[in-house]
Amino acid sequence: MSDNENNISRRKFLKLFGIGTAAAAATLTGCKKPKSNEFPNDDYTNQTEPPKDRMTYRVNPTTHDRVSLLGFGMMRLPEPDEGTATEGNVKIDQEKVNRLVDYAIEHGVNYFDTSPAYSGGFSERATGTALSRHPRKSYYVATKLSNFNKETWSREESIKMYRNSFKELQTDYIDYYLLHAIGMGGMEALNARYIDNGMLDFLIEERRAGRIRNLGFSYHGDIKVYDYLLSMHDKYKWDFVQIELNYLDWEYADEINPRNTDASYLYAELKKRGIPAVIMEPLLGGRLANVPQYIVTEMKKRIPENSVASWAFRYAGTPDGVLTVLSGMTYMEHLKDNLKTYSPLHTITADEDKFLQSIAEQLVNMETIPCNDCKYCMPCPYGVDIPGIFVHYNKCKNEGRLPHNNKDKDYDRLRREYLIGLDRSVPRLRQAAHCIGCGQCEPHCPQNIKIPHELHIIDKYVEQLKKGGKI
Amino acid sequence: MLRKIRTTLAIVFFTGITLLFLDFTGTIHRWLHWMAHIQLVPALLFNAALALIPLLLTLMFGRIYCSVICPLGVFQDAVAWLHNHGRKRPYSYSKAISWLRYTILGVMIVAFVAGIGSAVAMLEPYSAYGRIASNLFQPLWQFGNNVLANVAERMDSYAFYTTDVWIKSMPTFIIAIATLLTVVTLAWRSGRTYCNTICPVGTLLGAISRFSMMKIRIDTDKCRNCGSCANNCKASCIDVKNHAIDPTRCVVCGDCIGKCSFGAISFGKADSQEKKKENDTKARESRRSFLLATTLAATSAMAQEKKKVDGGLAKIENKAAPERQTPLTPPGSLSAQHMARHCTGCQLCVAACPNRVLRPSTELTKLMQPMMSYEHGYCRPECTRCSNICPTGAIRKITPSDKSAIQIGHAVWIKKNCVPLTDHVECGNCARHCPTGAIEMVPSEPDNEQSPKIPVINETRCIGCGACENLCPARPFPAIYVEGHEVHKTI
Repeated sequence: MSDNENNISRRKFLKLFGIGTAAAAATLTGCKKPKSNEFPNDDYTNQTEPPKDRMTYRVNPTTHDRVSLLGFGMMRLPEPDEGTATEGNVKIDQEKVNRLVDYAIEHGVNYFDTSPAYSGGFSERATGTALSRHPRKSYYVATKLSNFNKETWSREESIKMYRNSFKELQTDYIDYYLLHAIGMGGMEALNARYIDNGMLDFLIEERRAGRIRNLGFSYHGDIKVYDYLLSMHDKYKWDFVQIELNYLDWEYADEINPRNTDASYLYAELKKRGIPAVIMEPLLGGRLANVPQYIVTEMKKRIPENSVASWAFRYAGTPDGVLTVLSGMTYMEHLKDNLKTYSPLHTITADEDKFLQSIAEQLVNMETIPCNDCKYCMPCPYGVDIPGIFVHYNKCKNEGRLPHNNKDKDYDRLRREYLIGLDRSVPRLRQAAHCIGCGQCEPHCPQNIKIPHELHIIDKYVEQLKKGGKI
Repeated sequence: MLRKIRTTLAIVFFTGITLLFLDFTGTIHRWLHWMAHIQLVPALLFNAALALIPLLLTLMFGRIYCSVICPLGVFQDAVAWLHNHGRKRPYSYSKAISWLRYTILGVMIVAFVAGIGSAVAMLEPYSAYGRIASNLFQPLWQFGNNVLANVAERMDSYAFYTTDVWIKSMPTFIIAIATLLTVVTLAWRSGRTYCNTICPVGTLLGAISRFSMMKIRIDTDKCRNCGSCANNCKASCIDVKNHAIDPTRCVVCGDCIGKCSFGAISFGKADSQEKKKENDTKARESRRSFLLATTLAATSAMAQEKKKVDGGLAKIENKAAPERQTPLTPPGSLSAQHMARHCTGCQLCVAACPNRVLRPSTELTKLMQPMMSYEHGYCRPECTRCSNICPTGAIRKITPSDKSAIQIGHAVWIKKNCVPLTDHVECGNCARHCPTGAIEMVPSEPDNEQSPKIPVINETRCIGCGACENLCPARPFPAIYVEGHEVHKTI
């Protein structure tokens, strides 16, 4: 009882003291500015902790969903601490997934994007497990009719995949449903996968029945397929389309790879039809977060507190036809950083846009391999770690650490660092020398990289380095 | 004084030679390879002129070779010191067991002349130390290095890199352990027994030491027969009663000089007066016979590779070593016979091979001599490390350009394993990596250009480096492997 009294009196005291301080502060502001160190803790929290109620939302014109500008991509889910997956298997740390999802929802994220193919096929279940702990109305979930395995292309198997998504996601309706990665394999693949087996008609029926609230597609690759599906908009009534958009792909997608199409074109086609765009690869698989140091310096000079990645996210979120920007956030610090960027969004100014285009130009001229480390090509049946090899090569290229001429004075050091670094990131048995060129990976690459060709070039390069000769 | 000089030099040599066996990066070899070259048996094999160095040294100063240059001798001193320092009278005089010494020397000479490499390797002291160092010490060194490499990786430093630790041959590994146990036991209990009863090099140098210019001698005028010298002589060669020091067994360590309180012992020119006759009596200590006959299992167990793996990677089956009808010996070794006759099995090349190609042979007559296999790597064109460090000339020094033209074997295609035929995919990895362009891909059906392409080998251009075998995707048995040649040739 006396404790209670004490508490009350303490609270009272604090209250009075608070008013007193506020009054004192007010009087002080009268004559001069308050000292900046008055609330020192805020300096720390403001720098790293995103606010809870400032998220920017965009409204879907057909269903009037209020969608958070930051969407959570469930492709790169956290793995257990005790190490990565054993051979052939992907493990997911469900506790970490739950924590990330809870934190995201708490801070206003409401769009979650998964697929039956992600994270070794376990993403949907992990997503469903995490989301089902929240009220169904508090989030939108997106999944896909995936097309990686030809065995699932028949009508029966497709419907099985579709129904299974409901089970895994523990729901009786799907907010956003996509034809996965149309454009890969051209019109032929589109017809075989979605049209001839009647699956597209089936899905449109499902939308009418209310089990799919929004129907759309995600696009990679052959532009004919994109144009064809949009030309059929009157018939299919696409509710949204998922495209790759970032400041590099806006103007330079076809320069990186002639088989790709500039995001400026893709976006304009959607905008003109009023179809909301869902953005994937805002960071180009992390490549726009890991840029050469001199570009980091230029960005930091403009806004010292903001991360390199935040520029890419602001860019992707700036066009008003963008419904949400997907980011595969494996780590809490990435989630927090992205939440800060979009709570609320500060759109890219005209001047900043020019700045980013100049950076894009510099990045394009670096001739890195456009690998986003999406791992769609994996597993290589002969054990090669394809993305691991490309990532290491790009990293060294980005940082200007590729040894070139054995007459350079730092050639020996760079050579040693490249070879040791390669052995550290990719076991020898999985390096490029073991690529036999069977080409089974190539059709899976959403970036249309000629994988065996590039691997053989890197293999030759490494061989030259090992011989210590001129390159 | 003598003792101080001796200990300092011994430490320098011992450390140097041990580092030769520990280093897997090839840096130390460049500077210290001469330390292996002046070892007596390797020098005899490499170039008789080189062998004059230890022989002349012995003629002048007695067996200082055994106290300074021989790593096995210094190693025993270290073991004995651990056990005996601080003890009052650890040793006592005993008579030489000459019948055993000379029998072993005889066996060694016969083996040497007959080219029975495994017998030479078993008895030769430098090689005995070599197999201990490379089989037992090098793995520890590598583990230490890997810990540092791990730390370096975290610190983004490239000062250290991870290296694979594996048992290269089980029989050799077991022999190394047996050798270590024997040597340590003998040294622990009675100092230099091994050197004076078993070691053929010790026996040979001992015989020469009879005539050496300088010797340890006892001044009978000053000597009070206290026996302190004999009690501190690890070679058990000081006969106080007769004031005689057996020069065939004395390793000129100088311990006795300091132990004599009366200044009666000195190192200097031999006086004619102290010529002594030796009484060769029958050995009493036959229980200390050296058990070298280890039963050997004919299989070699490979250490399983451990690697960290990311998600979504296909399992890679370990490669198996094909049964080569003719074993492969490294370029520079001229022929199987040359190798057998010149190699003492010291394991220096095996310890130095950065490509995990060399390992000790398990064949009885060539036991512990190096042979090649390509499951873990192949004989890379830029590497000539084994040829640069071989102290016996079993692997002659060659340059990388010499190597590119030395044919040590040729590739053989095994149709039933070839991936284009079994998996129906394009491959050509062997042809892509052949450094001499000896492999070409041709349609498997002569009349059908579209049929899967298979490798064909131009045997005259193939040098046998094993790039094709190592990089062949067929597992565990590759579809292309290298068959050795008994005599190497230049193409």
